Amino acid sequence: MTEVSEIPLHMRRAQFDPIDELGEVRDNAGVCPVVTPFGVSAHLVSRYDDVREVLSDSARFSTADRHALTPPDAAGLTEQEYARARVGNLLTYDPPEHTRLRRMLTPEFTVRRMRALRPRIVEIVEAALDDVERAGRPADLVSTFALPVPSLVICELLGVPYADRADFQRRTVDQLDASHPPERRLALQQASRAYMATLVERARREPGEDILGMLVREHGDDVSAEELVGIASLLLLAGHETTANMLGLGTLALLRHPDQLARVRDDPASVEPAVEELLRWLSIVHAGIPRTATTEVTIAGSTIAAGEHVVLALPGANRDPALVDDPDRLDITREPTGHVAFGHGLHHCLGAPLARLELRIAYPALLRRFPGLALAVPYEQIAFRPYSVIHGLQALPVTW
Amino acid sequence: MRIVADRDRCIGAGNCVMTAPEVFDQDDDGLVAPLVDEVHPVDPASVDAARQAVARCPATALRALED
Repeated sequence: MTEVSEIPLHMRRAQFDPIDELGEVRDNAGVCPVVTPFGVSAHLVSRYDDVREVLSDSARFSTADRHALTPPDAAGLTEQEYARARVGNLLTYDPPEHTRLRRMLTPEFTVRRMRALRPRIVEIVEAALDDVERAGRPADLVSTFALPVPSLVICELLGVPYADRADFQRRTVDQLDASHPPERRLALQQASRAYMATLVERARREPGEDILGMLVREHGDDVSAEELVGIASLLLLAGHETTANMLGLGTLALLRHPDQLARVRDDPASVEPAVEELLRWLSIVHAGIPRTATTEVTIAGSTIAAGEHVVLALPGANRDPALVDDPDRLDITREPTGHVAFGHGLHHCLGAPLARLELRIAYPALLRRFPGLALAVPYEQIAFRPYSVIHGLQALPVTW
Repeated sequence: MRIVADRDRCIGAGNCVMTAPEVFDQDDDGLVAPLVDEVHPVDPASVDAARQAVARCPATALRALED
């Protein structure tokens, strides 16, 4: 494990909040040097307007040069394995390759498709709550609710057969365990890709109603099996831990703000703005979005040479007073802001409509099922994950 | 107010449909399909929402032409 002192500025948290130093950078120079967890030097960009500007400009800020930001040996991969692992991962593509793959996927995440998916997500959420209730109190909401719900939603999207779902869930949870040594993490990643390959094979043989089936039916000749495996792996990577951590951390945030919790529980109209405010305030994707300057650019008065890297601090942007008044206060009654919790620009989260739908269903369902929901331990004993790509909780022991 | 949508830039994030459902829809490909045109401008009651949707479009694919 990396020592705490090595955690870059933008990934350090004071419980829910980014640390004060991030705000100081934002309010003063705006940009500061930072060393990424992989030991690469970059410029940290912290202001809302600057973050949006960089994310909007894929010509001057490329995403394809991840090589420099996550060198293959850091992940325990050879050059060739690393190249293979990137196939189908939209996050590492610039246009026009990015446009080609993204266009194939957008029909799956329309507002209309989400409406059709809603009843199935409600069932998944209610079934998970049945399990929590049956197992009795106290319960760890992270392992019994926050992790299983998004994982089962992804099973639905990818068409994972029911018989495989228990194994699938075990593997996905194991994959997120940061305490595994690198070799074990790599082995788990490879096992996951191998399983995705079986789903892709099945979809090519008999395409079903899920995303893989749709991609095969609509784009059979234009998309390779390797790309499909990459897309499936990205959907899991991007859609599981993020939503899970929003569920766990968001529930804790509401427990710490009981008046706001009561609104989410009792007033359906409050749910949508509450989800947007929790997304903004928690900004769980805090590892820093990497980009590489393709030409000399100036950000917040700092010159960045062609080939140098920038890392975008989404929590800095979302807590910028330029975005919203009193940014450090959680206030679910705010008018929804133009937060960047899902990013911005071409790589704006593809699954944002799905994540929103899951959160809008899950928070009120949980709070209504257990109207007396409370922490089962003193708040001081709640363990925030000290070092993770996505901010979250180790566990959330609750009673009711 | 009228709306100009650049479907080549659109990434199908659906933000506009969420922010101003009276003004924007998505087609089957997930791309923006405005519900307003030259003949049917934005209803005055939806102008604020439309302006927000334009400002927040992650792909800067939308423009609002103020009358």
